[in-house]
Amino acid sequence: MQTAQSPDIDALRRRAGNLRRHVLLMARGPGQGYVGQGLAIADVLAALYFHEMRWNPQDLTAAGRDRFVLSTGHYSIALWAALAEAGVIPLSELPTYGADGSRLAMSTMDSTPGVEMIGGSLGHGLGQAIGMAMGERMQSSAARIFCELSDGELQEGATWEAAMAAGHFGLDNLVALVDCNGIQADGPMVLDMEPVASKWSAFGWATREINGNDMQSVVDALAAARDTAGRPHAIILRTTPGQGVPSLVTREKSHFIRVEPHEWDALLAELDAGGIT
Amino acid sequence: MSQTRFTRAMGQDEGGSARASLDAPFGKTLAELGRQDPRILGLTADLGKYTDILPFRDAFPDRFINVGMAEQNLIGVAAGLARTGYVPFATTYGVFASRRAYDYVAIACAHSRLNVKIIAGLPGLTTGYGGTHQAIEDTALMCMIPGLVVIDPCDATETMAATRAIAAYEGPVYMRLLRGKVPVVFEEHVPFEIGKARWLRTGSDVGFISTGLMTERAIDAARVLTAEGLSVGVLHVPTLKPLDTRAIAAFAASVRHLVTAENHVTRGGLATMTAEVLFDAGVSTRLTRVGLPDQFIECGVVASLQERYGITTTRLIAAAAAAAAS
Repeated sequence: MQTAQSPDIDALRRRAGNLRRHVLLMARGPGQGYVGQGLAIADVLAALYFHEMRWNPQDLTAAGRDRFVLSTGHYSIALWAALAEAGVIPLSELPTYGADGSRLAMSTMDSTPGVEMIGGSLGHGLGQAIGMAMGERMQSSAARIFCELSDGELQEGATWEAAMAAGHFGLDNLVALVDCNGIQADGPMVLDMEPVASKWSAFGWATREINGNDMQSVVDALAAARDTAGRPHAIILRTTPGQGVPSLVTREKSHFIRVEPHEWDALLAELDAGGIT
Repeated sequence: MSQTRFTRAMGQDEGGSARASLDAPFGKTLAELGRQDPRILGLTADLGKYTDILPFRDAFPDRFINVGMAEQNLIGVAAGLARTGYVPFATTYGVFASRRAYDYVAIACAHSRLNVKIIAGLPGLTTGYGGTHQAIEDTALMCMIPGLVVIDPCDATETMAATRAIAAYEGPVYMRLLRGKVPVVFEEHVPFEIGKARWLRTGSDVGFISTGLMTERAIDAARVLTAEGLSVGVLHVPTLKPLDTRAIAAFAASVRHLVTAENHVTRGGLATMTAEVLFDAGVSTRLTRVGLPDQFIECGVVASLQERYGITTTRLIAAAAAAAAS
């Protein structure tokens, strides 16, 4: 996908809506999954895969490609949705999410096409993204590395080992996308990580904080992160778990959502009723 | 009155060998390899000076990355560089590569079969800085990781040959580092083949199966024991994973007693793996294990600690003599 000068925001919103639909169809198979996170991060993935990143769905390992590094491997449901929307994964395969033997696992494995690293052991993504950014820079490539990580993951010490190194090395081809959805495995944030943005600023990152579910804000923040002034970029994304499906938003905040079989049609109807988010 | 001996400062030569030595064989070889292969990078986590990688940094300052004291990030960054086509050699101490960065070695490197080379200083009992710095169980931990090659070289010659071999090998490697003035045991240039043991000496009474710096001591012990009338063999096993099980089984069948020798705890490492090989092959040769005990070791002078904890030539001679007499 090529970077456009003036993105069609409505088109990207429709893409995000499609990703959300894919997420629900995936989770419907096992009746559970990381639905809240998948719905929350859909806008960012739509903006990346269908606007900001220079990548080729027909050549996923091309040299010099922009890379999306999903550190929170359990957000795989969102990545599968994006890859399916781009035609990398057949839509017919989505219902296998989480099934025994499926390559659309509940956590990312790099054996699945389009996965740039094994996520899931939290705290791994940013360090590897730094290595990729350094490698591309040494090859004088214009490639950029986009690394998603989460607010809960900020509790992993290795995240900060990486954050300080990226600042030190001035990796302006690196963008950290910090998904702050306010939940982690044991419920609402176990440790308060606020103020998130000023922590990244203090580590030498050009930081901006946005509503991660507002497409125009996401697109603008990604455009601003093209700046090559010698600092890595952090975009703090305030996202809403379950975004786009009101009854999931209002449901008790949950890291791992289980949905009863009879509920799915109603949830899909809610998504459709919302139109473009 | 006995003279007080003092612990050497970090990085000072600990000695212990009467042989001639070469200075920084790993780092000098890496610099030489760097001239041939532009993909090779040098990385460290604030231990460049103490892991002999400075010859590479001096030759290729633009291909050297010091990430500071952050071993998890060291391995993560190395993995990311490998994903963009580079061959990173990441140096730190064995204790930090294993205990602190284990998840990154296992998942970021080995699970993805990335071309990362981890070079681990202060193997076993080669420092007097105590349990924080002595990597007494690192090869056991590393051998448990699927797909990771684990190497414990004997001397300067083998360190150079192994460095060349792992640079040519496509995949993740953990290599123990002998640093500073490293003894020359193998006089001539020997090719190093990953996964191959070296049958150095044939004997029938006692056979030493050794790895790392203990092979120098096994060779010396074998000479002494031979002069005393015993027939003593030596099998050097520099690659602990993949293990040369065929060579170990054949060697074991050629002697009446086996003595394993490792600069490592005697559980989980060479001795344990040798016992497994013997059992699987149906070889019933008796086995005496020489290595470090199942305990943390105090601070002190290396030579003194090695005597106290029994990884000396003298200890090997005693173990072999006792085995032969039993």
